[in-house]
Amino acid sequence: MNAFFNYFSEIGHGIGTLLKGMRVTSGYFFRPREIITQKYPENRATLKMFDQFKGEVVMPHDKNNNHRCTGCGICENNCPNGSIQILTRKETTPEGKSVRVIDKHIYHLSMCTFCGLCVKTCPSDALAFGQTFEHAVFDRQKLTKVLNKPGSSLKKDVKE
Amino acid sequence: MKFSIYDFSSFTQSIHELLTGVMSPTWVFITELAIVGLIFLLFYAVLGLFLVYLERRVCAFIQNRLGPNRVGPQGIFQTIADLIKLLFKELFVVKNADKFLFNLAPFVVIIASLMAIGALPYAKGLQALDFNIGLFYIIAVTSLGVVGILLAGWSSNSKYSLLGAMRSGAQIISYELSVGLSLLAIIIFAGSMQLSVIVESQANGWWIFKGHIPAFIAFVIFLIAATAETNRGPFDLAEAESELTAGFHTEYTGIRFAFFFLAEYMNMFLAAALATTVFLGGWMPLHFGNFETFNRIMDFVPPIVWFFGKTFVVIYIIMLFKWTFPRLRIDQLLTLEWKYLLPINLVNIVLIAFLVLMGWHF
Repeated sequence: MNAFFNYFSEIGHGIGTLLKGMRVTSGYFFRPREIITQKYPENRATLKMFDQFKGEVVMPHDKNNNHRCTGCGICENNCPNGSIQILTRKETTPEGKSVRVIDKHIYHLSMCTFCGLCVKTCPSDALAFGQTFEHAVFDRQKLTKVLNKPGSSLKKDVKE
Repeated sequence: MKFSIYDFSSFTQSIHELLTGVMSPTWVFITELAIVGLIFLLFYAVLGLFLVYLERRVCAFIQNRLGPNRVGPQGIFQTIADLIKLLFKELFVVKNADKFLFNLAPFVVIIASLMAIGALPYAKGLQALDFNIGLFYIIAVTSLGVVGILLAGWSSNSKYSLLGAMRSGAQIISYELSVGLSLLAIIIFAGSMQLSVIVESQANGWWIFKGHIPAFIAFVIFLIAATAETNRGPFDLAEAESELTAGFHTEYTGIRFAFFFLAEYMNMFLAAALATTVFLGGWMPLHFGNFETFNRIMDFVPPIVWFFGKTFVVIYIIMLFKWTFPRLRIDQLLTLEWKYLLPINLVNIVLIAFLVLMGWHF
């Protein structure tokens, strides 16, 4: 007798949960809360990408044209595709110390898979992800970028 | 030529008289066959494409997306563009495939659903075939689709296709039982298998209301079993687009693949239209007992609008099934059929027979 009631209570429970799910989905159908789809070319002016979006690797510069890259080369070693090349040179400070400064931080966008290892492993937080995504160009030379701006120098408070 | 949106019989009669005036009876027959065939082919193609579009839109709205919205106003021509793309694709035949059967299979599937659609009553006087065994004919003809599926899997010379076809076939055959038995419930109520008689018997109330709870149970079982029979929704484990490669039509390309796809959507329409005709009163308007003004207003809506309105409500429910429920495993599928649907259905039919015997329905 118990099995008999179990059979029907199972059916009732099953139908109940199925109806609950259908109420949620038809709720979304009739009263959509937020449409996720972006109508891209039309809303190009107002489109704002979300924070986690990995558009390209950039090197943030402050208003005095200073970056935080010491040229240690950790990002270059960590990159699985070899899409980062760092060219450094030696400079002598006024105190007479010889320090390493970056000449060019070269980034090959064409080889990058946006794994984020360079940004994650950078000891001085010099790299970050940019929000741009319209990367299509007619010449692949344009995909090789120099991340440090011309005439920029290392920020004073960054230690090696 | 008299034309009334409420009764098409005078319109078809006037076309018939027009044709008899100009040609011999044999040619009248042939011309009428050609006209009806052309109308149904056109109806089939347009409705199939529209259903594909509708499915994508409904699924998008359920998932808080927009769906196709670029080609034409609200993306209405998206599926037509897809069809043109498929028409341009190469018709690839696998090496060592059984060419004849491989080419035949899509046509078997599509003809089976086209034949069934010809027997449906769309409005008063708008029914191509009115057999006295109409419901039986539809059940028989839709089962022919299985042959097409098995042929497709067998002739493809691919083990994945064959396995997919076998799973599809096993599923369709086992759920056919529930579909047939739930339709039998209404056959007992109406006392006839002729679709026009079944619709006429619902003039004073739809069977889902007149038949008390047993009719409602039969309706729910029909919806579940028909969803499973069309290989849709939570029962699409033979196809499982996210895990497997499409089952029986793996090796098909281009327009042959589109035939299978179209037939699948038309089978969904067929299931919904059958549920409408048998349980929800077909093209009969909604009437409530003695509310004269309400009934008069409902009569004002043309029957064809009623038919398609109800059909699309049922189609929406079937689509909601697909985009809500997780897919069943094969053992769950068979448990549902053999341990739940079939016993409940059998008890239900005995109950209905008793109700009809005592004359307790309205």
